[in-house]
Amino acid sequence: MESIFVCLEFQTDWWQVMTSSFMRNALIGGTLVAIAAGVIGYFVVVRGTAFAAHALAHIGLPGATGAVLLGLPVTLGLAVFCVGGAIVIGALGRRRAGDREVATGTVLAFAVGLGLYFSSQATRSSSTMTNVLFGNLLAISPQELIVFAAFLVGVVAVVCAVFRPLLFASVDERVARSRRVPVRALSVLFMVLLGLVVTMSVQVVGTLLLFALVVTPAATAIMLTPRPGRAIALALVLNLLSVWAGLVVATMFSLPPSFCIVTIACTIWLVVRLTGRSRQVQL
Amino acid sequence: MIGPNGSGKTTLLEVLLGLLPVASGTVRILGQLPGETDAIAYVPQDYTAAAGSALRARDMVALGLTGTSWGFRRTTAAQWKRIEDTMRAVDAFEVIDQRLATLSGGQRQRVAIAQALVSEPKLLLLDEPLANLDLRNQREVISLLDRLNSTLGVTIIMVAHDLNPLLRVLDGAVYLLDGHAHYDTLNGVVDDALLTHLYGTPLHVVRTVQGDLFVRGE
Repeated sequence: MESIFVCLEFQTDWWQVMTSSFMRNALIGGTLVAIAAGVIGYFVVVRGTAFAAHALAHIGLPGATGAVLLGLPVTLGLAVFCVGGAIVIGALGRRRAGDREVATGTVLAFAVGLGLYFSSQATRSSSTMTNVLFGNLLAISPQELIVFAAFLVGVVAVVCAVFRPLLFASVDERVARSRRVPVRALSVLFMVLLGLVVTMSVQVVGTLLLFALVVTPAATAIMLTPRPGRAIALALVLNLLSVWAGLVVATMFSLPPSFCIVTIACTIWLVVRLTGRSRQVQL
Repeated sequence: MIGPNGSGKTTLLEVLLGLLPVASGTVRILGQLPGETDAIAYVPQDYTAAAGSALRARDMVALGLTGTSWGFRRTTAAQWKRIEDTMRAVDAFEVIDQRLATLSGGQRQRVAIAQALVSEPKLLLLDEPLANLDLRNQREVISLLDRLNSTLGVTIIMVAHDLNPLLRVLDGAVYLLDGHAHYDTLNGVVDDALLTHLYGTPLHVVRTVQGDLFVRGE
């Protein structure tokens, strides 16, 4: 029993670790991902495509392990599979949600199986598998930072350009289409952006914990404010808070950063949800 | 636009909006092809339920005005004024800052109508706007549509399966019978034989001495 608690040992040298060069990369990478996930997360919640975001993360798994097998960069493999899967899901549109959930879930299960197979064929497989499933922000490389920065600039620029029509189409496709908003093109475009953000986010929290970075903070923000602009800003701040505080706590107590980041994001969501409920009951 | 379930009312509406292509022939609406005019606004059935709690009523109405413009810009003071004026016109100004999820069915229908109106359309298409509303809200929404029709000069086409609440405001009806659309004025439509044939169940038109009109089954 005692050994469980011994793990939580305070690291007295945590400040030195925080100021080291690999931690600087982790902080910059985490910041880039937090901003991108906050911006796209708002639309994920409004469009009701949280399941698609979850599925894309899993579809990325064979991309990542396959890339290792072929000796290619993990980010490239992730991006190809996530964006490819995103285009397919986006082209299917939002019709008949139940039908699509079954199709998406089936593809997702197959993708994870394929990921496992690729991983079993590669030599340095187990660490990649764990990194992709649970993320490893500390392993982020300077090259990946450049790629992530480019993704972030692209995502933010496109979201700014299509903000209003995307919001209109997210609320109701029929009305937006009747006003000549190119709903189908926006749907595919949005899913591609989501694919890029998922590629980045997998690096931070992994495919299994991605929900907590892309969906949870945005859902928390929407509970706190109904204003679209403020909700996006708040989702972004909550994400930054989770990632930065998560890294600090992880360093202080020598814990996995993904665990700390996800715990902070989920705790904030839970507190806001519970206090929101009691506020409504009083009314 | 009346007719029994499955007769194609919503399909015809979607053709008018340019959401569905026609298999043969051409459709002209306000002198243009469907989907090529900005003068038509549309309120689908159960419209505002989808947005849930993410948006306020004012944001929802704003989309009717700014939802088609690209690029990132703030809603101007003049645009907010227009949105607020439209919310007043549909008697829903008091809920303008509330989340959609907290509104009643009647209030949501008003917000949906406000979103359609804010772009100043010439033609307003509504699919089952009275569905899921209680009697009082049905009456209020009908009075509102009647008022918008007379004060703003907006032509209103609505899909309905219950004629009764509408009889006092209708000019006429499109009815879909045996795969064809027909139009007649109110007096032509409220006919025992026609309604019985249309709905496939015996119906009678009753005129009271006060001049009220209603349709009832046997």
